[in-house]
Amino acid sequence: MNPVLQTDTERIVIEPVTRVEGHGKVTIHRDAEGRVAQARLHIVEFRGFERFIQGRPYWEMPVAVQRLCGICPVSHHLCAAKAVDLLVGGESLTPTAEKIRRLMHYGQFFQSHALHFFHLASPDLLFGFDADPVDRNVLGVAAAHPELARQGILMRKWGQEIIQATAGKKVHGTGAIPGGVNRSLTREERDTLRAPVSHMLTWAREALELARGYTLENLPDVGHFGDFESNYLALVRADGAMDIYDGELRAIDPRGEILLQEPDSQRYLDVIAEEVRPWSYMKFPYLKPLGPEEGWYRVGPLARVNACDFIDTPEAEEARQEFKGLAGGGPVHHTMAYHWARMIELLHCAEVIQRLLDDDDLLGAELRTEGPRRRREGVGILEAPRGTLFHHYRVGDDDLVTRCNLIVSTTSNNEGMNRSVTQVAKQRMEGVDRITEGMMNEVEVAIRAYDPCLSCATHALGQMPLIVELVDEGGDVLDRRARSGGS
Amino acid sequence: MSDRVSFTIDGTRVEAFRSQSIMDAAMESGVYIPRLCHVPGLDPWGSCRVCTVKVNGRFSTACTQPAMTGLTVENDTEELNDLRRDLVEMLFVGGNHFCMSCEKSGNCELQAMGYRLGITAPLHPYLHPDRDVDASHPDIMLDHNRCILCARCVRTSRDLDGKQVFDFVNRGSDRRIAIDPGARLKDSDADVTDRALDACPVGALLRKREGFRVPVGEREYDHVAIGEEDGVDPVSDLWDES
Ligand code: SF4
Ligand code: FES
Repeated sequence: MNPVLQTDTERIVIEPVTRVEGHGKVTIHRDAEGRVAQARLHIVEFRGFERFIQGRPYWEMPVAVQRLCGICPVSHHLCAAKAVDLLVGGESLTPTAEKIRRLMHYGQFFQSHALHFFHLASPDLLFGFDADPVDRNVLGVAAAHPELARQGILMRKWGQEIIQATAGKKVHGTGAIPGGVNRSLTREERDTLRAPVSHMLTWAREALELARGYTLENLPDVGHFGDFESNYLALVRADGAMDIYDGELRAIDPRGEILLQEPDSQRYLDVIAEEVRPWSYMKFPYLKPLGPEEGWYRVGPLARVNACDFIDTPEAEEARQEFKGLAGGGPVHHTMAYHWARMIELLHCAEVIQRLLDDDDLLGAELRTEGPRRRREGVGILEAPRGTLFHHYRVGDDDLVTRCNLIVSTTSNNEGMNRSVTQVAKQRMEGVDRITEGMMNEVEVAIRAYDPCLSCATHALGQMPLIVELVDEGGDVLDRRARSGGS
Repeated sequence: MSDRVSFTIDGTRVEAFRSQSIMDAAMESGVYIPRLCHVPGLDPWGSCRVCTVKVNGRFSTACTQPAMTGLTVENDTEELNDLRRDLVEMLFVGGNHFCMSCEKSGNCELQAMGYRLGITAPLHPYLHPDRDVDASHPDIMLDHNRCILCARCVRTSRDLDGKQVFDFVNRGSDRRIAIDPGARLKDSDADVTDRALDACPVGALLRKREGFRVPVGEREYDHVAIGEEDGVDPVSDLWDES
């Protein structure tokens, strides 16, 4: 770990980060000569959750854990359900249960990716980072590109309707239960969801084209948002296909070589460990075989598209091949390529949802499996929109949870985000006394590429004010810049 | 002397047998008086006070007050509903009720009563009492966090199951349901088929491993308010079977 330059550094504090869920704070540490020594993203995490669920019955977990996150509750819901399946002997679900859960998950992915792209990323991509923040927001997009904004809203709505149909509610549903699901779809529900599929595919293609075009056009300029090699971690199906609901943990190195592939999710602790650093509440996970220095990795859309051997839906696979061509077939390391990868996944989700909605298993009546085996410990792993998510529970003989360990996606991207912010700061903030609006936003752009969910999103979208402070080594504020929320 | 009596509730004439309570008479006549601890078929208990009405201008609990000729009962008035809202709110803040992750959500009478009375966010401070969960029994769980001390389990176990699994211990804010002082569910003769388990209006007394099996949309109060259920009172289904 790098030593913190406590005595002869000044700090620039950017707080909180707008258009990133939850709150975050960025401090930029400079030495006496004004050079950037290090930048850090401080994340206020939803603490105490592990304690909150200790002593609660395991069947409550899939519903209780949704409180963790206001943005991707479905991922936590399903991940916990996968873990507790193992406690009731539900290792293999009925086809109906498996497909209903997958539909819920792909629906959540689709709406989350659409939300991120249209509300959070598109203002930067359409207007540029230095554009006036008065325009550079979702309202600006709506004014300049009304059709695009409308599509964003309808795509999100479709994803939410899929969640509602499978989980019972748009947020905090109860659909997944230990060993299966509590409902399947009626024919009418299925047909209603299926009606807009072709629009969704068209719009997903267009969004992909926008992200692709932007990335290719601006490749020389977007490098400083984090253009560094890293390892990547993602679930893949046993045959190497992208699979966001279930699979084997695969880590690849910066050249794309497979570092490890663990078929048994129950053994994730053999391959992942977490490091604690004194200045952050968040842990820093790493690949055990490589150790804490070398073993950090990135997760999320970029990691998934990099790590899989193929995508098993035709259009997304074609897009993946073009994407991988950027780096001659090896992993793409540009942080800003997260946006392109995310839109490849958006299209993949639309294709998978279409396939699922054509499958009559969704209408089946066999919802639950329970075997005789009742383990006392269960691990669930899935790919949340922001990356690999781990839920691990241990229960006592009385069915109450005694211990739990969660590794959320944003935690895995901790190191990557810190490096991206450092890179931006080094290029833009060396020797400056004042922070311009553009600089502030560039820090945010770098973080936003990862689509982090910084806490249990208690803040309305884009409502947070931004405060920047320039603090010298003695703690005095040299400059303070604030802008109100709403962007 | 006639064994029939006659009185009014909110101006509507109601007939009853002399031995009946105002609550029972109202239920028979199709007049809804909000209630939580009262269940037809069990002896009245009178602990929740949600059934508070005004009888000839004085506050009284309908489940314990005998019906008499000439009474003027006020029930569905702003004053009384305000009072009930306050009482139900106190039940919420006095326990640890996290509806969002509670398996009884949608089937819970306390939650449904909260909705009926228009409680959104309680005005009283949450007390966050320190309470435990008795999950010692292989098939039954008692979560004291959610218990509203209505004694429905106590009375059902005693009067319908012919057992005496539950009782109260301590006083005031320390009052709680107990098996035998110091004992746990696993030491009792509670059984998963006991009707006492169906008597609990909230998510305190539960059959294990069944939570969340009923999907949203098919739960008791997903489409109707408590007190507006069609025909049969949901809690008296139990007694119809017996
Ligand atoms: S356990 Fe349920 S039925 Fe028994 S007193 Fe508590 S709330 Fe009432
Ligand atoms: S119903 Fe009368 S006091 Fe509870």
